[in-house]
Amino acid sequence: MRIMLKIENMTMKFGGVIAANNFNANIEKGRIVGLIGPNGAGKTTIFNVVTGVYMPTEGRVIFNPDDREHVISGLRPDEIAKLGVCRTFQNIRLFKDLSVLDNVFIGNHLRIESNVFSSILRLPGYIKEEKEILKKSLYLLERVGLLQEKDEKAHSLPYGKQRRLEIARALATNPRLLLLDEPAAGMNPQESRELMQFILDIKDEFDLTIFLIEHHMEVVMGICEEIFVLDHGELIAQGNPEAIQNNQRVVEAYLGVE
Amino acid sequence: MKANMKTAKSKKLIDNRTFISFVILIIALIVINFTDNDYIKRITSLCGIYVILGLSMQLINGFTGLFSLGHAGFMAIGAYTVAILTIAPEDKVMNFFMKPILPFLANVEWWFFPSLIMAGIIAGVFGFLIGAPVLRLTDDYLAIATLGFAEIIRVVFTNTQSLTNGALGLKAIPNNTNVLWSWAMAFITIGFMVFLMKGSYGKAFKAIREDEIAARSMGINLFRHKVMSFTFSAFLAGVAGGLMASLLGTIDPNMFRITLTFNILLIMVLGGLGNIKGTVISAIIVTAAMEVLRFLDESINLGFIQLEGIPGMRMVIFSMILMAVVIFRKDRLLKGN
Amino acid sequence: MSGMDFLQHLANGISLGSLYALIAIGYTMVYGILRLINFAHGDIFMLGGYLTFYGIMFTSIPWWLVFILASVLTGLIGLLLEKIAYKPLRDAPRITVLISAIGASFFLQNFGIVVFGGRPKAFPIPDVLNKVVNLGGVSINIITFIIPTITIILLIALTYFINKTKTGMAMRALSRDYETARLMGIDVNKIISITFFIGSFLAAVGGVMWGTKYPQLLPLMGAMPGIKCFIAAVIGGIGNIGGAVLGGFILGLGEILLVAFFSNLTGYRDAFAFVLLIIILLVKPTGLLGEKTTEKV
Repeated sequence: MRIMLKIENMTMKFGGVIAANNFNANIEKGRIVGLIGPNGAGKTTIFNVVTGVYMPTEGRVIFNPDDREHVISGLRPDEIAKLGVCRTFQNIRLFKDLSVLDNVFIGNHLRIESNVFSSILRLPGYIKEEKEILKKSLYLLERVGLLQEKDEKAHSLPYGKQRRLEIARALATNPRLLLLDEPAAGMNPQESRELMQFILDIKDEFDLTIFLIEHHMEVVMGICEEIFVLDHGELIAQGNPEAIQNNQRVVEAYLGVE
Repeated sequence: MKANMKTAKSKKLIDNRTFISFVILIIALIVINFTDNDYIKRITSLCGIYVILGLSMQLINGFTGLFSLGHAGFMAIGAYTVAILTIAPEDKVMNFFMKPILPFLANVEWWFFPSLIMAGIIAGVFGFLIGAPVLRLTDDYLAIATLGFAEIIRVVFTNTQSLTNGALGLKAIPNNTNVLWSWAMAFITIGFMVFLMKGSYGKAFKAIREDEIAARSMGINLFRHKVMSFTFSAFLAGVAGGLMASLLGTIDPNMFRITLTFNILLIMVLGGLGNIKGTVISAIIVTAAMEVLRFLDESINLGFIQLEGIPGMRMVIFSMILMAVVIFRKDRLLKGN
Repeated sequence: MSGMDFLQHLANGISLGSLYALIAIGYTMVYGILRLINFAHGDIFMLGGYLTFYGIMFTSIPWWLVFILASVLTGLIGLLLEKIAYKPLRDAPRITVLISAIGASFFLQNFGIVVFGGRPKAFPIPDVLNKVVNLGGVSINIITFIIPTITIILLIALTYFINKTKTGMAMRALSRDYETARLMGIDVNKIISITFFIGSFLAAVGGVMWGTKYPQLLPLMGAMPGIKCFIAAVIGGIGNIGGAVLGGFILGLGEILLVAFFSNLTGYRDAFAFVLLIIILLVKPTGLLGEKTTEKV
């Protein structure tokens, strides 16, 4: 299987604090991979490095969407997004005062080919593009079950729907690799189960590779084919759900046994 | 009910009320254009100029969320461009009696429209050059840096005698600006803003305003879009500056102080951040109010009694209204996208 | 330029720098706590000058007492300004507060024009301060020495206040983490009032000494120094009092020496601060002594 994302010897330091230490990971194309660990283990830091929010102190990140390797560490977040890596945020970062539809619409902007003048003059090329964007945005909203709320302001949505809107917005960028930061946070068991099915569905439909951080173990164990476990910035275990559940170090990290 | 209205609004570019106000505005402008009252005409032209300025500031501050206070500088560039390009060669000789104008400009005499466009282009180029370095800054730092640039431009214009005639300013600028010119430009600007903000690029600007980190993670090149917004904004300010120079007939560097930028800021805030219609209305009201309050500074004769004007009183009242509006209506401000 | 001339310029630069430093402290303290550019601060400085003028011209109070009373009174006006223009907007978006600050600045300037008149007023310098001393061939007005001395005394007092008293500690807590400090039971309104009083008091002292050194008062005299001193605060690292002082001295000395060494650039004197500001912001956006912050995602 082809490796979609390769993180090599990545270390991230903030001043004296080591948030991630010599982290290595290979993520195969078409898989759902989990990243777990206690609070403060450095999970979101790894997402931030992969998406270019932070530049790693050491090591590099390689992204390979279509048999061409791109070193993405050192690129800007927007460049990385253009190559096909998109994410959601742990503390939901929607465009709060804009409509639900506009949030998804904006997700498409990075693929726009018309220039700003043809958008102002509404030239035929732009109109055509805008129609397609609108169609796709509406489809994505329908897919996440938010079509009814398309004209609401994003911040007026309940929490669970905001999470779904974030996923729809990320899908609008046409990602190859989707990073989900705690997609099930705040959901009840029923909603979590729906989310699991939804993640499996979009993976197939959009031909995605998915890397996700999650605290709900039933979600992680239920859909991830491979799991990385992080503790205090160190990778302490890696393997399939069964192996992780039986791993002594993982149990210790979670229970806090010295 | 409310949700329905919103849906209707998002489908149509303008609603009925806006359309009716728009028609009334056009009729009013036509009527004013055919009256003989030069004073009213002048104020009406000034209103059009401030509409452009308000929208220009709205673009960068209200829509893109960048706190920029450089408008006076871009206006100065536009005003001087139009002045230098349109003043007749013989008037140039008269203007530049201390130190002659740069030879290649001495015999220039352009038509008004191309000079106006040139005013916008030069201001836009400066916007681009200034924006590239300073747009890395955020919030108050950006505000103070752009304000700084406007001041630098003013100081430079005070000192470049052979280009701007220094502190003496320029006189005998042909009076081309009238109700027609200023409002034609204002309507073009309104159209520009409406279509820009309706399209994908405008939405990207708003995304930057809402959340830079999210915008950037969605693949929006922050720097490119910020510079774009800043350059457009500078272009519009330049055109407005050019119109103003031609309306007043006389300009000097001290006209383009920070106070001027603050006036525009006021128009923007009263209009509502990111509200195009509101900005048009507030530009008209603020400009008219500034004129109405002018009586406070000048003596008026009521027939039986002569009231002495008090210099500065107008601005005292004006600033009190400004603060009162901000403090008592803070919840109503900043509404609308 | 002879060495003597240089010394004279140096003394003038230090003296101007001290004035800038005094005003910059007010900006930096307010910004540190409220994240607000108090645009009216420069006009508070102007009020200090005028109150002294009227105190000396129309009362029989001894000049030194007028200096003190005027500064205290101006400090109270600053406190009042906060109550009227900023406090109602404590939770409003920042741009509204800024507009209010701009409005307050407009108001004070034009109030000055209406009440004090638009024409310049000659500042009545007490004879004691109006002496020229001759130091090895250099004639320097003694006020040039008095200004830095008073500045240093006030700085020592302020440093003691901020670092050793309970109120000072509360101020530091508020500027570090407003929300937490509030939850810890710090009386935010009281601390903000004190901050405005101190900032305005120092600006007024600056205004009084400015009047003594450049003996002329104008209602708009606060506008340019006001902006320059905010720049000084930014250059030094906003929120940092030491930074404000450093920034003030850099600006004051820089301006005077620029004009002294490059007399053909005299006209560009007012642009110096802005050019320096932009360079510093591009090289070290948090200012010379500012701390680096990492954005949280």
